[in-house]
Formats: sequence, structure tokens, C-alpha cells
Amino acid sequence: MCLGIPGRVTEIELEDGLPMGNVDFGGLRKRVCLSYVPGARPGDYVIVHVGFAISTVDAEEAERTLEVLRAMDDLLRRELEA
Amino acid sequence: MKYLDEYRDPELARALLAELRRVTTRAWTLMEVCGGQTHTIVRQGIDELLPGIRMIHGPGCPVCVTPLEILDQAMAIAQRPGTILTSFGDMLRVPGSRTDLLALRARGADVRVVYSPMDAVTLARRHPDRQVVFLAVGFETTAPANAMAVLHAATLGLTNFSVLVSHVLVPPAMEAVLSAPGCEVQGFLAAGHVCAVMGWTEYEPLAARHRVPIVVTGFEPLDLLEGILMTVRQLEEGRYEVENQYARAVRRDGNTAARDAIARVFHVTDRVWRGIGAIPASGLALTEEFAAFDAGRRFDVGRLVVREHPACLAGQILTGARTPTDCTAYATACTPRTPLGAPMVSAEGTCAAYYTAGRRRPPRSGGAS
Ligand code: SF4
Repeated sequence: MCLGIPGRVTEIELEDGLPMGNVDFGGLRKRVCLSYVPGARPGDYVIVHVGFAISTVDAEEAERTLEVLRAMDDLLRRELEA
Repeated sequence: MKYLDEYRDPELARALLAELRRVTTRAWTLMEVCGGQTHTIVRQGIDELLPGIRMIHGPGCPVCVTPLEILDQAMAIAQRPGTILTSFGDMLRVPGSRTDLLALRARGADVRVVYSPMDAVTLARRHPDRQVVFLAVGFETTAPANAMAVLHAATLGLTNFSVLVSHVLVPPAMEAVLSAPGCEVQGFLAAGHVCAVMGWTEYEPLAARHRVPIVVTGFEPLDLLEGILMTVRQLEEGRYEVENQYARAVRRDGNTAARDAIARVFHVTDRVWRGIGAIPASGLALTEEFAAFDAGRRFDVGRLVVREHPACLAGQILTGARTPTDCTAYATACTPRTPLGAPMVSAEGTCAAYYTAGRRRPPRSGGAS
């Protein structure tokens, strides 16, 4: 139950006063409550736990993490080639 | 899938392992707190690739630490006529003192699996003549959802919806691990999604007081390797700070809207953890304002006598003192289909993680460990 996964918000609508969204998890779609990510817009990725988005994925930070890892990989390759 | 596949790249994993080998000069012992992280580490065999670094699996499996008393109480409620007991799927096979919810369902009790606690609220609206009870367990990650279910039921004026709450909090459990005599943990990977909700300020005094680095870490293989690398770097440099590996999902103050809802619906209370015992200020219970939604008050089930399976080492598994392969019942009497203890039930439990990864008990030869 604790495994949260990222999915892409496709639509948002109000239901009984709560913002609800359709979220696409690589083809599998689910109804998700977006009350806790008021800034989320269609196209954004959110992390979902038990039907609730608890965080929006920050695209810039995601890229920064990967850049650090790629730089490490480049360094390793250069060392191996040297 | 975006934000998943990139963090599983084997090339980058190799680079991270090479860097780990370069910076590690001595043996270190780390603990990953969260069961989701345990699952990835064991499944990918990450713990077996680390250079002299031992990973102890922490108590972060919500199914595993939910106390027997609560399970037995849920089962007693489920057997009352006119009741629908709802829960996350994982909870159905967790052995209670005498039986489990799945067995009760087979015998006619109305026990239903829901994906979200909001589904339980919907059920209550659809069945005004029945009492719908949601077994609200889990860590800080499920607390916002459970809080919203109660808030929403209150807004709708539902009188046939209630929750049986047994929420647990991670930082007090880390404190308990660190304060235990003979604690071997030198650094922590903090659970990324718990921090997505709560932020990481609570960990700063913990890191300072116990002089342990704590790195907020994600769940994919590269996240875990980078989290381990960041922790080891701190240890090698003699630092003990809180750092955030999982920056794409976690902000320092967490999710303030979610924290506000939790603070409105719940208050901090002492809590018994299955297999571990009572930990002060380690759980959440409903506040007086929402006491009307407390299933524990609504349904008096009398005094329950609880009993664990005698073979089960769950307590020692949860604190990292033993591994599943130390248990004589592991993979013989106890399997995911026939769990004797809670850690064999969900994917987040250490015993189940070992079992699905095909880990075997070492052949018995002169005191094998
Ligand atoms: S293998 Fe089963 S009986 Fe042994 S500790 Fe794990 S859950 Fe308990």
C-alpha cells in the first residue's frame, strides 16, 4: 500500500467540491484526488498513494539528478579508456 | 514509463557502484527504513553488490507493524451483522490471533478491498442502511488520504462511516532503533514518500543528536544507489547531516496542504508496533473533533486476547536484528500463500521480499548464520 508511483494528470474536474483527476500510469488510468497538489495541471506528473496525489514531480530537479549520474558515468568511461 | 525507466538504467547503476567502491574505505552499516525500498534492494540484489556496506532492513512495512489488537478488533467488527469492513488489499491476508480477514470473508463476512479510503466513503453513501468501517493503517504516506476520507464524510454528514485508526509515524521508530542497546546502524536512508508528505525537518535533530547521516531517498534502483552513496560520503567525511537525494518529489517542508489535513483530523499518540512494542508518540489517532468517526468507540468488541505464532521472528526481522533466512519457518511452513507472520504478507515485508527474490536458507552446516 505504501508503494507510490508517478503518473501523468490528463484531466481535472470538481466532484463533490474536491478536485479529482484522471491519472495515466503508463496506460493504466485511475481516478485520483488532487486536493493536496493544488498547483497540478494536466500534463504534470504526480506521485500517487492510495488514490491521492501527495507530490508533484519537479521536472527540473528530475533532470538535475540524472545529469549528476550521467556525469559520473562519463567520468568512469574516461577513466576506463585512459 | 517516464520518471521510472530513467532511474533503472543499468549503465548509470554501474557508474554509481564504481563510485561507491572508490569512496568506501571501510565497512559501514546502513538502514533503509521503508518497506518499498527494501523491496527494490532485495529484488534487484543491490545489497549483494555493495562494497563492504551492509544494509539492515528497517521497520517500514505498514502491514507488518499494525498491532494484532487492531487486526483482531477489525475482525470482530467485520463479524457484526450489518457491517461492511473495508481495507487495503494487503491487510486481508495478515494473520491475526486466530484467523485473517480473507478467511472471515470466505465464511460470509462482508469484507471489501478498496484502492482508496474515498472508495469506502462512497460505499457508505451507497449503503445508508449499513455501517461501513475503514481499517485506516499505514505511515505518513496514507495519513493524508485517510484524513481526507474523514473530512469528506464529515462534510457529507455521513453517520454510517467510521475508521479504525492505527497510524504509525517514522521518525519515532528511527529514534527507537537508534536508542536500542547495541544499535549497529550508522546511517539512514529516509523514506522518500513519507518525506514528500512531512518534509525532513524532523530528521535534523535526530541526525545531530545521534550523529548519523540521514539521506531522503527515492525508490528506484538509481535512487537507492545514489542515496547509499550520499550516506557513505558523509560517513567517510565525518559528516552527519540530512540530505535530499529525492529532490524531484520531496521539498524541505513536505506537502503543507496534506500536513494541515493530518493535523486537523489526527493527534499524535503512543502506539504499539507489532513485533516491536510500544513506542512513545509514534502514532496518530482521531482528534476529539472527529471522535464520532472512531470505529473503536462506535463498536465495543470487548477485551481481546492476542497471540502471535510461536515460530515467527517478526520483531527481530523488523528491527533488523535477524534476517528471514534465520527463521526455521521461512519458505517452509511460512510462504506468501500461507503466511505465519505479517512480514511474509505484503511486497514491502522483508520476509516476502526475500521469498519473491528466491533467497534460500543456507544449508545447515556447523552453526551457519
Ligand atoms: S518467515 Fe514467516 S514466520 Fe518467519 S519471521 Fe518471517 S513472517 Fe515470521
